[in-house]
Amino acid sequence: MSELNTNTSKVEKISLWLRIIKRVDILKKIALGIIVPLLLVIIWQTLSNFGLIPSYLLPSPSTVVSTLIKLANTGELFTHAGITTYRVLVGFAFGSALAIILGSITGYYRVVYQVLDPLIQALRAIPSLAWVPLFILWFGIGEGSKVIMIAVGVFFPVYLNWVTGIKGVDKKYVEVGILYHFTAIKTIRKILFPAALPSLLTGLRSGLGLGWMFVVAAELMGTSKGLGYLMVLGENNSAPELILGSIILFAILGKITDGILVYIERRVLHWQNSFGEENGNVSS
Amino acid sequence: MSVLKVEELYRTFNNGKKAFYPLNFQVEKQEIIGILGTSGCGKSTLLRVLAGLDMGYEGVIRVDREVHRGTHEKVGFVFQEPRLMPWLTVEENVAFGLKGKDKLSKANKFLELVCLEEYRKHYPKQLSGGMAQRVAIARALVTSPEILLLDEPFSALDAFTKMTLQDLLLDLWRKCKSTMVLVTHDIDEALYLCDRLFILRGQPGELVKELVIDTQRPRQRGDLHLAELKAEVIEQLQLQPEWQI
Repeated sequence: MSELNTNTSKVEKISLWLRIIKRVDILKKIALGIIVPLLLVIIWQTLSNFGLIPSYLLPSPSTVVSTLIKLANTGELFTHAGITTYRVLVGFAFGSALAIILGSITGYYRVVYQVLDPLIQALRAIPSLAWVPLFILWFGIGEGSKVIMIAVGVFFPVYLNWVTGIKGVDKKYVEVGILYHFTAIKTIRKILFPAALPSLLTGLRSGLGLGWMFVVAAELMGTSKGLGYLMVLGENNSAPELILGSIILFAILGKITDGILVYIERRVLHWQNSFGEENGNVSS
Repeated sequence: MSVLKVEELYRTFNNGKKAFYPLNFQVEKQEIIGILGTSGCGKSTLLRVLAGLDMGYEGVIRVDREVHRGTHEKVGFVFQEPRLMPWLTVEENVAFGLKGKDKLSKANKFLELVCLEEYRKHYPKQLSGGMAQRVAIARALVTSPEILLLDEPFSALDAFTKMTLQDLLLDLWRKCKSTMVLVTHDIDEALYLCDRLFILRGQPGELVKELVIDTQRPRQRGDLHLAELKAEVIEQLQLQPEWQI
């Protein structure tokens, strides 16, 4: 009896150790990744402290951080970051929704594809920022034109990946649907959509990246709120710490939103049996 | 009463080549029919035509004496590979073609038939080849088809798994009382399973022989009579290497 007890306690001990080792492993990963950026920041700070970098061009990291803290204390930071994030998310929602709907139709119906795809490809060849003057002319410099700009930027990568994904779905799966008399909608919903989901998520991620890129362009063209406005403000008032602070905020916000998509990706694509996966067999 | 009848059925490809010469045959209720032939004789095409997956055929297919074109709810199909949806669990895969609320419980009944009820929450990537094919068979049977078409269903499996699955198929055939048409290139498999055997030969395929196998089930794999039939089948197939033709 006592032997059994010591055995179970041994097992517990081992599993505890395994958990600790795993955690240490993760810490090690983080530590390795952080070395170079940390070193750069330290060098930057030291050089600034010795006055080797002119602070009106590149203020020290501590100045940037304290500017951010000051802005956060007045609450301004959250207003600007909030409105920028809001613009990106609304533009992203419209752009990707349109891309998914249109892509489902062109991906499924060959004729529609042949009719519409050349046009969409031609539009894609136009650098999206070239639309800016036209959109300002049409919609003014209000929220509308900004959101539309972002939506245009998001639309193309999502559409392209989605249609490529649908077209690449193995016909073998579609045939199973044919056997069960699936309608077009049901085939899209139950076979094409899940099978093309990996490439849709890739499209959504690059679309979101472009959304963040376009929000900067949209906010630089004139606004009184948003991180882009902060950057313009910094430029006009020769306050590089404001520009750098906004850049850091863009990095943080972009990383967070991308992280959410990565999380969703992992959750919905757990069925994939892919090369890059760490645990080959995930027991349910 | 014939459940499946084929009249002057042939399939011509776009390049003018025929997949097989006009065929005439009928399948009786609860029969197991084997279609045996060397590769390229059009046997898989024939099965796809019968299933309604290949619509470019000429001739008449009658299901339950009614002329029919296209897929039919009374006709089930098992592909050469399992073709399970990787994003669905085993039970969801079996219920794939079903509608309604109780589809999962119905799917689980058929999973029990293929002895995989324990794996119902697993995903296809966690299954072995034989298990996946059993799930595929359950998926084909769950709609209670009168006719089950099988396209070399065991050809990708190892010899031992193959034999157990052949016995499983016979067991399901008894329980579900379905009619089966099995395409295969495995002579032993055909002789072990089938009541009648259609032998296709050549390119395009031609129905050269219909062989009745009247040995009682359960059959012995080493049965002498089956061995004699095997010799006959091989003779009919006129197997000879291409370089000698």
